[in-house]
Amino acid sequence: MKLTGRIIAAVLTVLCAVSPVRAAAGGEAAPAQVTVGSKVFTESVILGEMLQLLASEAGAQATHQRQLGGTRVLWNALLGGDIDAYPEYTGTLTQEILVDEKLRTQAQLEQALADRGLRMTAPLGFNNTYAMGVKETLARRLGLRTISDLKKHPDLVMGFGNEFMDRADGWPGLQTRYHLPQTNVRGLDHDLAYRGIASGTLDVTDIYTTDAEIAYYKLRALEDDLHYFPVYNAVILYRADLAQRAPEVVAMYKRLAGLIDAPTMSRLNAQVKLDGRSESAVAAGFLRRSLHLDVDEQVTSPWQRFWQHTVEHLVLVGISLSAAILLAIPLGILAARRQRIGQLVLGVAGIIQTIPSLALFVFMIPLLGIGGPPAIVALFLYSLLPIVRNTYAGLKDIPPAIVESAQALGLPRGARLRIVELPLATRAILAGIKTSAVINVGTATLGALIGAGGYGQPILTGIRLDNTALILQGAVPAAVLALLVQGIFELIERGLLPKGLRGQPGRAASASPP
Amino acid sequence: MARLEDHREIQHTSRMLVLSQVSKRYGGTEALTATDIQVSNGETLVLIGPSGCGKSTLLRLIAGLVQPDSGTITFEGSAVTPASILLARRRMGYVIQEGGLFPHLNVRENVTVMARYLRRDAAWIDGRLAELAQLVRLPQELMTRFPAELSGGQRQRVSLMRALMLDPDLLLLDEPLGALDPMIRYQLQQELKTIFAELGKTVVLVTHDIAEAAFFGQTLVLMRDGRIVQTGSFRDLARNPVEAFVEEFISAQREPMAQLAAALG
Repeated sequence: MKLTGRIIAAVLTVLCAVSPVRAAAGGEAAPAQVTVGSKVFTESVILGEMLQLLASEAGAQATHQRQLGGTRVLWNALLGGDIDAYPEYTGTLTQEILVDEKLRTQAQLEQALADRGLRMTAPLGFNNTYAMGVKETLARRLGLRTISDLKKHPDLVMGFGNEFMDRADGWPGLQTRYHLPQTNVRGLDHDLAYRGIASGTLDVTDIYTTDAEIAYYKLRALEDDLHYFPVYNAVILYRADLAQRAPEVVAMYKRLAGLIDAPTMSRLNAQVKLDGRSESAVAAGFLRRSLHLDVDEQVTSPWQRFWQHTVEHLVLVGISLSAAILLAIPLGILAARRQRIGQLVLGVAGIIQTIPSLALFVFMIPLLGIGGPPAIVALFLYSLLPIVRNTYAGLKDIPPAIVESAQALGLPRGARLRIVELPLATRAILAGIKTSAVINVGTATLGALIGAGGYGQPILTGIRLDNTALILQGAVPAAVLALLVQGIFELIERGLLPKGLRGQPGRAASASPP
Repeated sequence: MARLEDHREIQHTSRMLVLSQVSKRYGGTEALTATDIQVSNGETLVLIGPSGCGKSTLLRLIAGLVQPDSGTITFEGSAVTPASILLARRRMGYVIQEGGLFPHLNVRENVTVMARYLRRDAAWIDGRLAELAQLVRLPQELMTRFPAELSGGQRQRVSLMRALMLDPDLLLLDEPLGALDPMIRYQLQQELKTIFAELGKTVVLVTHDIAEAAFFGQTLVLMRDGRIVQTGSFRDLARNPVEAFVEEFISAQREPMAQLAAALG
C-alpha cells in the first residue's frame, strides 16, 4: 500500500503538473512531499509521529515510515533519500555511525553531517543514554548501586538488546572499561529483555533512561560511576535539501528543540507502552499542549489497518512469487539439461537460501532503499530454490525409458519438454511452488522491518508494546494467508495435473506399473 | 564408369542399415568393441546374448539414443549424425521392454503423438489408428484408457502401434516381450511374426531368449562382452559353433526343455 500509495502519489504529481485544472486553481505550488522515519522502539515512533504531524502542520504532504529496523536502516535510508528526517541521538552518531571519524566537538559532528548532505537540530532536551537496569529487590539484596558493584557478582545473567550487544559503545566496551566478569550474556530484543527481567530469567539488562518500563517493572538504574556511556541527546536528523525544499517544515522541527525533557519523554513513553494509547494520539497531545498547535492525530480503524496490511502483504507475496515462478522453472529446466550449469544454479540458489532472511532484507537497502521494492527482491530470491530444485528433481525423476521413448519417436527437444517431460513433472513443480509460497508468506512479515508494511507491522508493534493481541493480529492472518495460498495451488494442481497421473500417490513421474 | 557407380549405389541402398567399426565406451568399460553389421531390406535380424553383452547398446546406437565413439552408422544410404537423427527417427519405429508409454497420455494420444506433432491430417490419423488397432488386435474401447489401466500385453500392443504409426522402414525392438508372462508372450510372438511378414518391414530385435531368437530371426547375431561371437542362422550356430561359448549359451537354454521332454516321455 505504501508502494502503491507512492506510485499513485507520483502519478498524481505528474497529472497535476500537466493538468489545466491546476493552472485554473491559481498556480499554487504543490505541497512538498516529506517522508520521516523511526526506529523500532516506542520513543522513536512517538517522535516520528511528531515529525509527521509537524510537517503536515507546515503544509507538507507527510508520510511516516514507522518502526523501520535499527540505526543502520534509518541512516542508509536518510543518506539514500528514502526518508527526509528521523529522530537520532548524538551518542549514536559519534560512537556508532561515525565512530571512525573520532568526533570530539559539536562543530566537528555538524561538519561530518554536512559532508554527507545532512543536518541536525539543536538537542530536543533529553539525554536518553544507556544504563544498566536491575530489579529493585535484587539490587537491594546484593547492594548494587553502581555498575562497578556488578564485578562482585560474576554469576548474574545479563541480557542485552541486539544492538547494544554489538555496538562499539555497547557491551564490549562496557565490559572492558569495568572489567566485568560475567560470561552468561545473551542478545535479545530490547522490549523482550524487560519481560525476561520481570520473569527472573535475566538479572541485568541495558535500559534507555527514558524507558517507561523502568518505573513499571521497579528497576534500579545503576550509576555509571566510570562515566562510560556517552551523552545521547535526542536531535532531529534531516537532509540538507529538505531545508531548501520545505523550509517551513525545518522551521517547525527547530521549534521542538529544548522542548522535551527526560521526565516528559518518559511520561510520553509510558502513555503508549503502559496506558495503551496510540503513538499518534500521544504525539498530537504533546504538540497541542506544548506548541499550541491545532494538530489532529491520524485515526485509523482496526479494519482500515487490517485492510492496508492485507493489501501490502498481498502485493509483496504476489509480485515476488510470480517473478520467482517465471524465473525458477526455466532455471530448473536448464539445471536438468546441463549438468554443470545445473550444479551452479542449484548451488547459488542454495547459498541464497542459507542467508538469514533478515540479513537478506537489510542487504537490499543500499541497493534499493527501503519499502516494497527491496522486500520484493529479497522475497523473490528466497522463493527461487524450492521451485528450481523441484523442477530439476521432477524432470530428473522421469524414468529413462520414457525420456528415450520420446527421443526415439523423433520429437525435438522443445516438443519433448512440452508434451512429455513438463506434464510428468507437474506435481513436483507445483509442490515446489507451494513450498515457496508458504515460505514467502511467512518471510514477508519481516518486510515491515524495512518499511514494506504487511502483516509484520502489527507483529512488530505488538512485540514493541508487549501486546500479544496485536502480535496475533499479524500472525493469524499471515498463517491463514499461507493456508489459503496453499489451497489455491492445490486447486490449480487439480486442474493442471494430467488425467493419467491423478490418483497416483507419490511421484508424478513414476513409470506405469507392470 | 557411371553405370558402375549407379550399380554400386543400388547395391548400397539394398542394405537398409550398415554399421562399420562402431564402438562405444561407458566410462572405463567397453560396451561395444569396433563392430560391423549389415541389415538388408526386409530382413529380420536378432541380436542375442547374455545381459551386458552389448546388444541393447547396439540398438540404442542405431536409434541415435547414444553416440558412437568411433565408426559410422548408415541408414537408408545416409550417415546417422546428431544433425540428421531427428528425421531418421521418423523412419524408425522403436519398442522397448515395458513399452515406454507416456503415463499421462491415453492410448490414442500415445500412438498419435508424433503424427499430431507433425500436423498430419486428422482424418488420416483416425484411419491409421483404426488400421493399427486392427493389426495388433486391440479393441477400440481401449483407445481412451491410460497405460496404467492396461495389461502388460496390451501395453506392448500399444507400443507397437506407436512405433508403426508413421509407417517406418525399420523396426527396432528391445526385448519387446521381456516383461510378459509366458502365455501372453507366446501368443504375442506368433502375432508379431505374422505382422512382420504382413508388413514386410526390416526388423532388428534384441532378446536374451534363444527360442525367441530362433523363432523370429533369419539371422542371429550372438554377442558376448561387447563383441560379436558368431553371426548366422540358428541352425548354423547350433551345428557349427565357433567357440565353446556358443554351444554353452544354446544348451543352457535348451537343457530345461530337454528335461521337460524327458519328464513327459
